[in-house]
Amino acid sequence: MMNRKDLLGIEDLSREEIEEILEVAKSMEEILERPIKKAPTLRGITIANLFFEPSTRTLSSFALAEKRLSADSINLSASSSSVLKGETLLDTARNIEAMEVDIIVIRHSMPGAPHLLAKRLEASVVNAGDGTHEHPTQTLLDLMTIRKRFSEFDKLKVAIIGDIRHSRVARSLILGLHKMGCEVTVCGPPTLIPKWMDVFKVGINYNIEEVIPDKDILYILRIQKERQDQSFLPSMREYIKYYSLTYERLKKYASPEIVIMHAGPMNRGIEIESRVADSEFSLILDQVTAGVAVRMSILYLLSRRKLNENNN
Amino acid sequence: MKITIKGAHLFDPNNNVDEVGDLYIEDDRVTDNFSATSSQIEIDAKGLYLLPGFVDIHSHFREPGNEDAETIETGSRAAVKGGYTSVAVMPNTNPPIDNEGVARFIKEKAKEANKCRIFPIGTITKGRKGSELSEMGHLYEAGCVAFSDDGECVKNSATIRRALEYSLLIDVPIIEHPEDTTLTSEGQINEGVISTRLGLIGIPDVSEASMVARDILLAKFTGGKLHLAHISSENSVDCLKYGKNKGIKVTSEVTPHHLLLTEEEVVHFDTNTKMKPPLRTKSDIEALQKALKKGIIDAVATDHAPHPDYAKELEYSLAPFGVVGLETAFSALYTRLVLSEKISMEGLIQSMTNKPAGILNLPVGEIKEGGTADFTLVDLNAEWTVDPAKFASKSANSPFIGWKLKGVIKFTIVGGILAFNEGEFL
Amino acid sequence: MGVKFREKRTLMNEEEMQWALRRIAHELIEHNSRLKEICIIGIRKRGDKLAKRIAEILGELTSWDIKVGVLDITLYRDDLTTYGPKPIIGSTYFPCNIDNLNVLLVDDVIYTGRTIRAALDEIIDYGRPSAIRLATMVTRSGRELPIMPDYSGTSVNLLEGEEVQVFLSEIDGQDSVKIIEVSTNDE
Repeated sequence: MMNRKDLLGIEDLSREEIEEILEVAKSMEEILERPIKKAPTLRGITIANLFFEPSTRTLSSFALAEKRLSADSINLSASSSSVLKGETLLDTARNIEAMEVDIIVIRHSMPGAPHLLAKRLEASVVNAGDGTHEHPTQTLLDLMTIRKRFSEFDKLKVAIIGDIRHSRVARSLILGLHKMGCEVTVCGPPTLIPKWMDVFKVGINYNIEEVIPDKDILYILRIQKERQDQSFLPSMREYIKYYSLTYERLKKYASPEIVIMHAGPMNRGIEIESRVADSEFSLILDQVTAGVAVRMSILYLLSRRKLNENNN
Repeated sequence: MKITIKGAHLFDPNNNVDEVGDLYIEDDRVTDNFSATSSQIEIDAKGLYLLPGFVDIHSHFREPGNEDAETIETGSRAAVKGGYTSVAVMPNTNPPIDNEGVARFIKEKAKEANKCRIFPIGTITKGRKGSELSEMGHLYEAGCVAFSDDGECVKNSATIRRALEYSLLIDVPIIEHPEDTTLTSEGQINEGVISTRLGLIGIPDVSEASMVARDILLAKFTGGKLHLAHISSENSVDCLKYGKNKGIKVTSEVTPHHLLLTEEEVVHFDTNTKMKPPLRTKSDIEALQKALKKGIIDAVATDHAPHPDYAKELEYSLAPFGVVGLETAFSALYTRLVLSEKISMEGLIQSMTNKPAGILNLPVGEIKEGGTADFTLVDLNAEWTVDPAKFASKSANSPFIGWKLKGVIKFTIVGGILAFNEGEFL
Repeated sequence: MGVKFREKRTLMNEEEMQWALRRIAHELIEHNSRLKEICIIGIRKRGDKLAKRIAEILGELTSWDIKVGVLDITLYRDDLTTYGPKPIIGSTYFPCNIDNLNVLLVDDVIYTGRTIRAALDEIIDYGRPSAIRLATMVTRSGRELPIMPDYSGTSVNLLEGEEVQVFLSEIDGQDSVKIIEVSTNDE
């Protein structure tokens, strides 16, 4: 990981690198448990958070991670950015880099945007979500959460339920789970599961009640209202009827050790019943906690490369 | 102007010429009777192949309107550098070629550039808006050799039917860009394995084949001449087979990039892999290569579509569609198809010279007494690496950057004039 | 490519190391006669083993309330502190609240002083001890910061290319302090 300039996707990472990130994240957790939640590790490192899509969770998670490690961080959001004035993404990023920014954390609505920057900039680029392509930091914090609960990944059975087609969370997660040796099944309406999904070597099943029984983890994806408007779904009502994770479904079909995960933000009552989200099965808040530690780990490992370079 | 070419390997499959010899050109014709007066230019062509100059029936020279991508001058340089002597240019300029004024402007500019022959293609509908037919008669008189709304498909079936019917008056082809936009809206690359992996919205191949099918049946119904642009998929090839078998007046073209590249090229989000129609799968490529070999697809056309680099250095989804191709077409196809024996040299040359010329009734070089003196001299053994810094085109958006290719164009002669001379332009 | 060690001479043997630790413990007791409790923190990855040993000796000699902790300074390093090619972050463990406590910081070798500076920063991020004292097994010349140990096993000046290495039975199977010559071979 320390030979990498950027973190663009789970696709590029080896299992060893993932393990490395999770190991370091464990140490980072300690800092979060101290009375003074700070270490001077990234002092002097400047990080720009370039978020072209709105986000509370990911942005604040990164911002906190940066501050915990004493980095200087600035937040730039799309609405206040020069992109509205017609400046290209590349020019915007170049200008930021010219102000001696070491790391750019970017969230963008289009696949490949971080890759464009990574190719052209000296600064390290971290993908905080690029359209429907990847969301690597989400997967890494998901893996950390899973490891804490299960300690072993091998042969864990995971079902990802929802709008697979439009989900960067799903794409990254499938890659990450496979690299760690888990078995993955995807479930959702046929219009929302691409025809070529089997190239990812996942099980495909359109029936949630068949999918739940032998699984260790149910990962629920957010469903967006727009899908109804675009004719992917006839109505939210129909989606709830067939795919909502209700307490009833859970009790009836799931193993008693089942664990529920969701990247958030949740649509309570739609893809997940409120009662389930708050139940003892849910690891949803643990995911959020893991998020800061994992992001600290990533920023630390990427910045080590720069420091190593400066030394040599 | 007299030109003597000595010791070339003369190769014109359409006229059954395949031998080493000399060629004499006087004015704009090939001549047998060479008078004693010395020629102005003598070319020592030992080791070079003399081929009829290539004919591109689908190029975009962007002038008027988008001169920062390409001009008629730079486009014609790119053409002769790539061995092309005739180029038909598409009307999606700004303003479009939907009136005589623009058509004549382009002919003027071509004359000024004085390199390759340039033929404007007029629009099918006014403004390429897809509703009212443009004044095809006037456009034809102003020099247009065909009609196309390329860049756009004529969505309304009734309109394309009328266009095919009306064209019977003029007897030139209607060129369709086959794309059902309700299936391709927001699509960026082929819909398939790669689009699923990358999370990019896909362009399903059925969006092309369904329009190919529609238009072939309308050509049958009306008796009009139909030419289908940039065929990219196996399903479309199957429709073309039907058309050829039924004797329908349909012709088609395929680009070098569709013959050589698959959607796999896209994995790194390089926008030089983005064009419409998109790069598809291995089985599509195989079907296209076979179709070209068998004549189900008639011609190779480049769909040379220049874009300035600031336009392509954007997020993949925002970057415009299109790649350049005039300077790499022959070498890429020769290296990857002829040398690997997927198509014969005769087959390739015919699909780049007399066949496309025949579709639009354009001049083509012929190695025979009195033949048009449009030729290119190629060193088939010389190797070169595709380097956009050395392009004659104003734009560098090529999917072949870095490729090592065989076949270097040394000279290009247009109408008996040496338009390209080992790196130097007229 | 490899790092080669060549032992040049032994600075301290097992017995000498035992005596040094006992002496350090006695000195500590002598200077802190009114102490009731102490927190001994060793710096990974040898300082913490030494810290434990000192704690044992103090436990025999006094009735102090002795707590032992471990410090990993990786996250506090300035980039001139070299620890090898890949800094693995070990865990830091404080056995108790260190506010108003006496802290003894223990490390195997003090050289430039940067490791100790990082350790001091980390300790102060955790709390406000009433005093921090430093004990090292070996004090090597070459300080880059004005930091001196309060208690030291032995001192040494080294020639260019020489390093001093403390070997401990808990990690290396033997107790000794050796001068070694380090060379990197590029094959």
